[in-house]
Amino acid sequence: MVAETERAAAEAQPSAEVPSTGARVLCRALEREGVEVIFGYPGGVVIPLYDVLPEFGIHHVLVRHEQGAAHAADGFARASGKVGVCLATSGPGATNLVTGIATAMLDSIPIVALTGQVSQSVIGSDAFQEIDITGITLPITKHNFIVRRVEDIGPTIQKAFHLAGTGRPGPVLVDLPKDVLLGHGELAPADPVNLPGYRPTIVPHRRQLRRAAELLRSAERPLILAGHGILISGATDELVAFANQAQIPVGLTLLGIGGFPGSHPLCLGMVGMHGFSHANHAINEADVLVGIGMRFDDRVTGRLSEFAPHAKVIHIDIDPAEIGKNVPADVPVVGDARETLKLLRGEVGELNHDPWLELLATWRKRPPSGPVNPRGPLAPQYVVERLHALTGGRAIVTTDVGQHQMWTAQFYSCDTPNQWITSGGLGTMGFGLPSALGAALARPAAEVWAVVGDGGVQMTMFELATVVQEQARVKLAIVNNGYLGMVRQWQQLFHNRNYSETPISAPDFMLLAQAYGIPGRRVCHPDEVDEAIAWARAVDGPTVLEFRVNQEENVFPMIPSGASIRDMIEEDLEWE
Amino acid sequence: MRRHTLAVLVEDHPGVMNRVMSLFRQRGFNVDSIAVGHSETPGLSRMTLVIQGDDQTVEQLSKQLYKLLEVIKVTDVTGDNLIQRELALVKVAASERTRGDIMRLVSEVYRARIVDAAPDTLVIEVTGPSEKIDSLITLVRPYGIKEIARTGCAAIERGSGAVVVARDEAVA
Repeated sequence: MVAETERAAAEAQPSAEVPSTGARVLCRALEREGVEVIFGYPGGVVIPLYDVLPEFGIHHVLVRHEQGAAHAADGFARASGKVGVCLATSGPGATNLVTGIATAMLDSIPIVALTGQVSQSVIGSDAFQEIDITGITLPITKHNFIVRRVEDIGPTIQKAFHLAGTGRPGPVLVDLPKDVLLGHGELAPADPVNLPGYRPTIVPHRRQLRRAAELLRSAERPLILAGHGILISGATDELVAFANQAQIPVGLTLLGIGGFPGSHPLCLGMVGMHGFSHANHAINEADVLVGIGMRFDDRVTGRLSEFAPHAKVIHIDIDPAEIGKNVPADVPVVGDARETLKLLRGEVGELNHDPWLELLATWRKRPPSGPVNPRGPLAPQYVVERLHALTGGRAIVTTDVGQHQMWTAQFYSCDTPNQWITSGGLGTMGFGLPSALGAALARPAAEVWAVVGDGGVQMTMFELATVVQEQARVKLAIVNNGYLGMVRQWQQLFHNRNYSETPISAPDFMLLAQAYGIPGRRVCHPDEVDEAIAWARAVDGPTVLEFRVNQEENVFPMIPSGASIRDMIEEDLEWE
Repeated sequence: MRRHTLAVLVEDHPGVMNRVMSLFRQRGFNVDSIAVGHSETPGLSRMTLVIQGDDQTVEQLSKQLYKLLEVIKVTDVTGDNLIQRELALVKVAASERTRGDIMRLVSEVYRARIVDAAPDTLVIEVTGPSEKIDSLITLVRPYGIKEIARTGCAAIERGSGAVVVARDEAVA
């Protein structure tokens, strides 16, 4: 009798000492979703959460700006295929996430953003650090929630992860008022998620598949355009099998890189504004175009009225709203890329397109790669080519946005999924370094390079402190041309060389690296490139390489914005 | 370009209208009218949207609506089979001299009702298709309109068919 009472008292003891607060319920709910890493930054209303976070098996990465947290969660998600998580306090913490959330939205990246909110009793009163973050993020999230009661935390977190990671993935924001974090309650057992308004179509319609197969069997010059959906659904093997069996060449969108091996004989490489000229010519000549997991973005199509003029279009996507949005589809197929390819392969059978493939082989051409005089000026393309060669093309590579991004897309051919991490849709400068941090935490054994420009890196370079704190093995390669290079290129080509506000100064990157305690090397000539890359790879920890490259090198080929393949600029004709 | 009427069943949550309106604003869809109220199913509201656009625009709008979590069903009910009704309250200036004319006009031609009379105004209540209400407003405008309050159009199809939610109908 006594013993029983004592035992009951002993059992009651811990729960009396450690009350089950909303903050603990949240942490348990996150653990239940398999969360191991959170990128975040503390602040007033999330103190209750930070108070209990150390009790749980979740590693918190303290970023130096909340934008870095969102980008790191994004890089984590892209490198691992899991849902990335970022956390910020209310008000400015939450608004600082916005660019990162929008980046994830435009590129369909599964992240869950947790934001603190002021207590419900003062919501709507313009309280200190109060902002309507669910209102602000309405158009840039797949969905968002504000949690009103402790008992809603568990089901909301479950829904948030489900929504972020399934169908067409995307960012989901969960706003957590302070009184909910402080409130008392228990984590309810996980229920199957029931969202009547959300049922992604995974298996495509049989009739549409048959129509697609029929069209493909009648095609003489078919072409696959593979996008990010291949990576999201893990469809690479199916795509390779399908392309092999039906002998159809594959062009890749910027975000599709790695979805089909770059070294595969059927791979034409990147299409679009700075895509390979043979790949764009292939689109122009194709009689059947199969878009898979891509959305016919304007950077891919150029002028819509002249895009793929001879082609019937089969458009496969999990998001029905993408089909027919920009390019009318002759055969619309709603479904998951992997499931669809598996079924389509069965319908199509073996095909042969030798004459078409032979023709395409005669067009093959690499983009212009700049001068390579060993002691002469340094071509940025050469830097990326050497990085590719020395890392065996196997590194995870993140980029910022601009010229260096396009050169890396052109010259760092990827053979495996989830090694190419770049901001495509939103085109977010400052993405490269924090996303590399996220990737390094997701895959600690992988070699991670952040290839960035001197402009973009200055937007988020303070995350070097986070890299050091985490001892993340991020290799930063700064391609320094002293300009906001892509804008300068447009000014040169389309605005009479009026370089308005594009020359940009930078700190001494070697001193900067030193200030953070990171070893660095500066490279000015081609014959120093290999040694510097080899040195950086040998260092066990972060490094900074600065490549002083030709200041006015341009990215070619280029189809100017809103133009068609007839207007493609193959190389610098203004060579002086 | 023509006028489409969409019946949209949405979950009855706070913020749903905000999401729908935000979508229209963001993607530049032109909406003539919106009317919202409870539907026959508890927990679901029915929105009637009247929009201008070609078939492709309306299809895109419908697909974008489906991407909202709380949108359960979107049906384009445009057609001859549609009953459309809107209610309007119109406050119009009326002197002793004009009052009789206005009352006769609205009650005989439009079968509208006078629901309030003040020394110098009348309030007209009129129900019908939006065109009928437009026409009444045009006709009484010369007398001097003080205020107009319109509900937006509600619509339902004739016959036994119904816009309801089947279990597995919603898509993402």
